[in-house]
Amino acid sequence: MKEHIDILIIDDEDVVIDSISKIAIMEGYTVDSVGDANSALEKIASSEFDLIVCDIMLPGMDGFQFLASLEAKHIDTPVIMTTGYTTIENAVKSLYTGSIDFIPKPFSVDEMTGVIHRGMKYSYLMRQRKVNDGSVIIVPSPAKYFRLGYSSWMNKDPDGSVVIGATDLFVKTLDQIQRIELFNISDTVTQATSAVTFVCENTFVHQLYSTISGTIIARNERLLTEPELLEKDPYFDGWIYRIIPSELEYEMKLLIPCSSDRI
Amino acid sequence: MRTVKKLFGKISLKLIWVVSATAITIIGVYSYFNIKSQSDVLLAEVERHANQLSETIKNSTRYGMLLNQRENIHEIINTIGKDPAINGVRILNKEGEIIYSTRKDEIGRMLNKQAESCYACHAENKPLEKLAIKDRTRVFKVHADSSRVLGIINPIYNESSCYDAHCHAHLKSAKVLGVLDVTITLNEVDAQIRRNEIQELLFALVAISAIGFIIGFFVKRWVDHPVKELVKATDQVSAGNLSYMIKNLSDDELGALGKSFNNMIKKLDETSQQLYQSTKMASLGQLAAGVAHEINNPLTGVLTYSSYLLKRAKDNPQMQEDLNVIVRETMRSREIIKGLLDFARQSTPKKSSIDVNEIINRALAVVNNQLKINNIALEKEFDSSLPKITADANQIQQVFLNLFVNAIDAIGHDGTIKVNTSQISLSPKGITQIKSAVCPKAHSLMDAEHKIGGMPSLRMKIKSNSNTGYIHLDPIYGNHRHFFGISFEKKDDLNLLCPTCDLPLIDKNNRCPECGGPTYKIQIPNQGFVEGCATFRDNWQRWELIDRAGQKKFIGVNVQDSGCGIPTENINKIFEPFFSTKGQRGTGLGLSVIWGILDNHNGSISVQSEVGKGTTFSVRLPQGDLTKNV
Repeated sequence: MKEHIDILIIDDEDVVIDSISKIAIMEGYTVDSVGDANSALEKIASSEFDLIVCDIMLPGMDGFQFLASLEAKHIDTPVIMTTGYTTIENAVKSLYTGSIDFIPKPFSVDEMTGVIHRGMKYSYLMRQRKVNDGSVIIVPSPAKYFRLGYSSWMNKDPDGSVVIGATDLFVKTLDQIQRIELFNISDTVTQATSAVTFVCENTFVHQLYSTISGTIIARNERLLTEPELLEKDPYFDGWIYRIIPSELEYEMKLLIPCSSDRI
Repeated sequence: MRTVKKLFGKISLKLIWVVSATAITIIGVYSYFNIKSQSDVLLAEVERHANQLSETIKNSTRYGMLLNQRENIHEIINTIGKDPAINGVRILNKEGEIIYSTRKDEIGRMLNKQAESCYACHAENKPLEKLAIKDRTRVFKVHADSSRVLGIINPIYNESSCYDAHCHAHLKSAKVLGVLDVTITLNEVDAQIRRNEIQELLFALVAISAIGFIIGFFVKRWVDHPVKELVKATDQVSAGNLSYMIKNLSDDELGALGKSFNNMIKKLDETSQQLYQSTKMASLGQLAAGVAHEINNPLTGVLTYSSYLLKRAKDNPQMQEDLNVIVRETMRSREIIKGLLDFARQSTPKKSSIDVNEIINRALAVVNNQLKINNIALEKEFDSSLPKITADANQIQQVFLNLFVNAIDAIGHDGTIKVNTSQISLSPKGITQIKSAVCPKAHSLMDAEHKIGGMPSLRMKIKSNSNTGYIHLDPIYGNHRHFFGISFEKKDDLNLLCPTCDLPLIDKNNRCPECGGPTYKIQIPNQGFVEGCATFRDNWQRWELIDRAGQKKFIGVNVQDSGCGIPTENINKIFEPFFSTKGQRGTGLGLSVIWGILDNHNGSISVQSEVGKGTTFSVRLPQGDLTKNV
């Protein structure tokens, strides 16, 4: 039986490891940490982790290569990417290459807490689903939809506008939603940056990243009063924004077609 | 040795030397022959005179001889011999005995037949009886250091009156009875010749030095000064002063050289400025990215620990307040670094089809309130027929937003911002790159090894007479920085071939419209043919497909404000990162970000400004495909 530890932190900066450890330990999780990706792979071979928080810029193997080698070894431990090189490209690439979340440095305690909490929940849900005892049913997105990572989806309407929303899996990683904060109409959103803020019952704050960039032309006002709509019908009645995309063609390439989820 | 080198090293001195040497040779030869002919004329004159004198003496003494009045003959000869020009007069008899002479001591002496005066006739064993006048004269010196003397002998022939005379002194059979020998000093003639020589020499000296001075003066003025000025200019340029210009240019070839030098330096200055800017931007971008990355890690610690402390200080409002300041300021630092990273981002723009007018309107909508508050009038002059271009909408909007914000800041209160959009056309020549080219058998002619202007050139084999080599064509259509691997005559019979298969590339059905010579025709896959003058006597070139597509089109946008203007000393710095005149209010990244965005789009931005009057930023974005080349 392998030793079980909740979270593995991979970062070449001690102060970052200390910061994340402090936040995780405060939330009651057990943590271990390494300074580079190769040591991380060794760690994973000897211990069992629920979640990995990994820096992109690492000495030797970088974060993306680490993700690829996890996939090659068929290790499905969810990974949250973080980096000081906080560009949108890095965020999108992280989500496209298989990490479940991206958090730019420097982060506040609240931001990191939310991300870790959601990551642990995701990890739990995935493990439950594997057991397949029927207690966890995740509704996949309709096949013609596209998603950014596992969290937000988009659907292109014939009129050229795009509807975006949150996936069932994302909603299930949140605790009881108390309040949803939305952008205003005619605001612009950018791909892989925060578009919706969810405040949950245990005061955790979660950000949903926008699937694509564009200008908001309509928002689902019902969500403000009935957040549970999201859980009930995440792909139709639970839509969040209707936007006019600004760079659809380019950004679509970085989204995952939901048709691939059903194979 | 050094001085010699110096004397012969300068062009002006070389020219003076060469011209002087030529002048010396010509004048020297001329003088030599002139003096010689003058001397000959003088001598001939003296000869004639001597002959006359000789005849006169002979005639004067004829009667005395007939009558054998020796005293009388002596008297005549002595009288004549007194003339200072006459060196001596003597009469010899047949046997060679001097019988009469102006010099008494000579009388009665026998002359050897080999002697000076006899030699002319007695050189042969049998004496000559008749002698031409020319042969009768001789020029000689009595002693080595005495002056020259001209001698003339005059044979006294036997006459009937001689052998018929009563004295019967002479037999009838004798032909020559004696010889009259007159010698004349050439003192005066020689003096005259010497005077002539000196005159000629003086003339030659004066002429040569005059030529030298005149050539020297003009060479100094026309060659020396401009060359010195050019050398000075190159020194200045190599020392890094690229703003140096050659003044006082003449209208000749050196003036043209100077003009083209000035032009080159101007171009060099512009290019180096651009290059400098690009390199600086790139390195600053890398630096910014590195710095941002490095700072974000420690900031993570600051932010986490201060938030953590904040949670623990729930019952200490004073401490909470202080900690909140730390958290807030750290968050602010995070935003600043994000801006830095946006500047440093080297990603490719996310391109989509955009309407520039619409993008500008969107940017204007953002600053609309500010315009109203500051009482700034907005004048829009949009070309409504602008075609859509492929560009990153967000980035282009950011460009114009930044320009508008800058304009508002420059104006402050009360003023005007003018925005106009238009279409600009530029000739495809000089900006279109030939990226692939093939021979009729589809062998590629592109040569990545030999680059012209940083781009792979087109290689062709060239055959001229028996000479074979390679030439490299400039890959920019309409530019002619070709490289010729061999020297060849620009004649009609040269041949251009594919370097791989030797197939000719000359188009037999076409002649160069400028020189009438042959033309080459190279296939550009999917883009027609490039043709050009194959003798390279002129720069004729044609790429029909590209020419037909017409001019390269750009969208031009001018943003003009009536603000404070930019001082000349700042104009070169405004596109540099961290340059700001806004003090606390700006990061100094705005214009450098704009520059980077437009560079990524193959566009450009330029600025004109006058302090107190305002500033105009001119943005140029390429239409159609955003790549600079085909």
